[in-house]
Amino acid sequence: MKKFICYALVAILFVAILPTSVFGAAARSYTYSYNEWGAPIPSPDAYRVSAYILGQHLYFNGENIGAFHSPQDIHVHGNLLYLVDSGNHRIIIMEFFEDTTFEVIDIRTYALRNGEQTTFSNPHGIYISPWEANYGQIWLADTENHRVLHLDENWHVLNEVLHPGIYGISQLSPESDFFPTKLAVDFSGRLFVQARAVNRGFMEFDRYGVFAGYMGAPPVEITPWDQLWRFIATQEQRERRLLNVPVEYNNLSIDHEGFIFGTISQVTDNLQPVVRLNMMGDDVLIRNGWAYPVGDLWYGQGADRSGPSEFVAVTALPNNNYVVFDRNRGRLFAYDTQGNLLYVWGGPGNREGFFTMPAALDNMGFTLFALDAGIGANFANLTRFDLTEYGALVNDALEKYHQGLYQESYYLWHDVLRINGNFGMAYTGIARNLLRLGYYREAMELFRYQNDEINFGRAFGFYRRIWMEDNFWIFVVVIATLAIVPAVVKKILKVRREIRES
Amino acid sequence: MTIVKKTFQSEGFRHYIDSLKFSLYTCRRPLDGFWDLVHEKRGSLAAAHTIVILFILNQIVYLTQSNFIWINIPLESFSSVFVLINILGPMLLFSVANWCLTTLFDGKGRISDIYMGWAYALVPQLIIRFALTWLSHIVTWDEIMILVMLWRISDIWFYLLIICAMKQIHDYSMGKALLTTILSLAAMGIMVFIFLMFFAVVSDGIAYFYTLGQEALFRIRRG
Repeated sequence: MKKFICYALVAILFVAILPTSVFGAAARSYTYSYNEWGAPIPSPDAYRVSAYILGQHLYFNGENIGAFHSPQDIHVHGNLLYLVDSGNHRIIIMEFFEDTTFEVIDIRTYALRNGEQTTFSNPHGIYISPWEANYGQIWLADTENHRVLHLDENWHVLNEVLHPGIYGISQLSPESDFFPTKLAVDFSGRLFVQARAVNRGFMEFDRYGVFAGYMGAPPVEITPWDQLWRFIATQEQRERRLLNVPVEYNNLSIDHEGFIFGTISQVTDNLQPVVRLNMMGDDVLIRNGWAYPVGDLWYGQGADRSGPSEFVAVTALPNNNYVVFDRNRGRLFAYDTQGNLLYVWGGPGNREGFFTMPAALDNMGFTLFALDAGIGANFANLTRFDLTEYGALVNDALEKYHQGLYQESYYLWHDVLRINGNFGMAYTGIARNLLRLGYYREAMELFRYQNDEINFGRAFGFYRRIWMEDNFWIFVVVIATLAIVPAVVKKILKVRREIRES
Repeated sequence: MTIVKKTFQSEGFRHYIDSLKFSLYTCRRPLDGFWDLVHEKRGSLAAAHTIVILFILNQIVYLTQSNFIWINIPLESFSSVFVLINILGPMLLFSVANWCLTTLFDGKGRISDIYMGWAYALVPQLIIRFALTWLSHIVTWDEIMILVMLWRISDIWFYLLIICAMKQIHDYSMGKALLTTILSLAAMGIMVFIFLMFFAVVSDGIAYFYTLGQEALFRIRRG
């Protein structure tokens, strides 16, 4: 008996320990999404951390390169990653291999101009051209030196883009300094720069570095209250009040189709925090989702964080999905080409997969790199995220779905639902295939789950027509009754009256 | 059995049925109808109550049973009590506000007359919303405009009936009826504001004395 109790106790202890060791290891990140009512719902992880890189961990020529100091930008070129370590005035170039390993292959602190070294001062942005016309050339926003350097593959200066001066409608007066921060170059060599204190959109330079104008200025918002105030206020009051000016962009990236993705860290009624600009500067981002791509739909207050998401970076994946980086809560939001929210992950904190001061985002295929500038000299890091099985499955299904191959996506959506029953688009995807195959009743039910009125109406239209064709006799009977019965009754009454009167 | 028979055959019950039927007449001939409603005693408070209760029940059915392409509210956050307050609140507030105002401007109507006028004016909305509930199940998204149109008609009809009711019940000219109706809307706002302020002040007052008492208690306990 004693022995039995002993065994029982050991068994209980073991069971009591087991769950913590199993689940404690699994809960490393939290991924969620929003359902058709706009309520947050948990989701399986679509991306998981596969590398968490601190400067202290990196070695170059056998020497430790030291912590990153407020790094501001990363750019992926092939399998190379260029990291702008702004506080240390250097560019770190890392090579990433298939098996998630990597090594530092170069550190640059200067460029060569006519054989002389010219050093960087607090650079904030870098772009390496993937385009055919200028493949491999480098543009570097050398912020505190007030210039954008145009370099060739060997870091020789080809051109220096300086203060645009009085060309065009330049907003910068000749006296004020030019602080370029983020930049991107399109396939024809046009350079788009976001500079500090410039809010008329991106500054556009032609391929020779000559200022050509502004592009894609965010719309100015004037509320009726502002108008009333301007009407009432005196001249002095008007001057004292803050100018009503458009909001600045804070980042940009060019997708592989040559469209410019820009982010604005502010959400208002007629201002979108993510835009996709065509070459004319018009916003062409598709927003067909249940809600606009604005990040969090529900937000509480707490831990010094309140208000909506503030986007600081965006990157477009090869299948035209895009991921935006939220500075407010350190979260990453993935949207598909139609603007549907797919999943949200990350969060505030200094564990791996969490961020203290989000700065930049870029992708190598479907692999994501997120740069955390850290606070002060601490916790600045680069995080590599890789797609999970679930994320890959969603991507496959979406690709088929958006090509209109509903039948192919049908089975993939079922696989998605097996992992995540909360994934709303899967129901729509399945229902579309059912609709095409003629299962209207089932399609209606699935569309209903997603509050999809338009497609529900479409399915119902077919269903109604078939129902009417099948049950046409009901209409015949009803109409016939309505036509015949009153006549018969009238006749009977008439006959009865005649009989009575006679 | 005889009691039931007697009730059905009594003068009062017949008047009740007649006054209910009369609500259909007021929809079609509002000017004539609302005059007879109070001055010829063709309406009754019992009928008005019946209409209001039916309207509330119908509203609950309308909100919950319509097809989701027409009305889509998450049922877990739906509350019948909220519907009740939404309907009775404006109605009673308007009756009081309008009565307060019209007694000053020699209106003839009593508070129950105004209540009756509002209740009788709800009838077209009652009927149209009942129809909408079932129509919404046989239309597609493209045809939803028909429902929107019907819904707008029911709203406009209601406003017209209210104004006619105010005119006839108080024996006003059209302009005066319009003016007092608009003014009573403003009065409703003022009443709500005073209510809210009253409650805020009272709760603040209670909180003040509560904390005072607690402070005293702490000091007594500490000795």
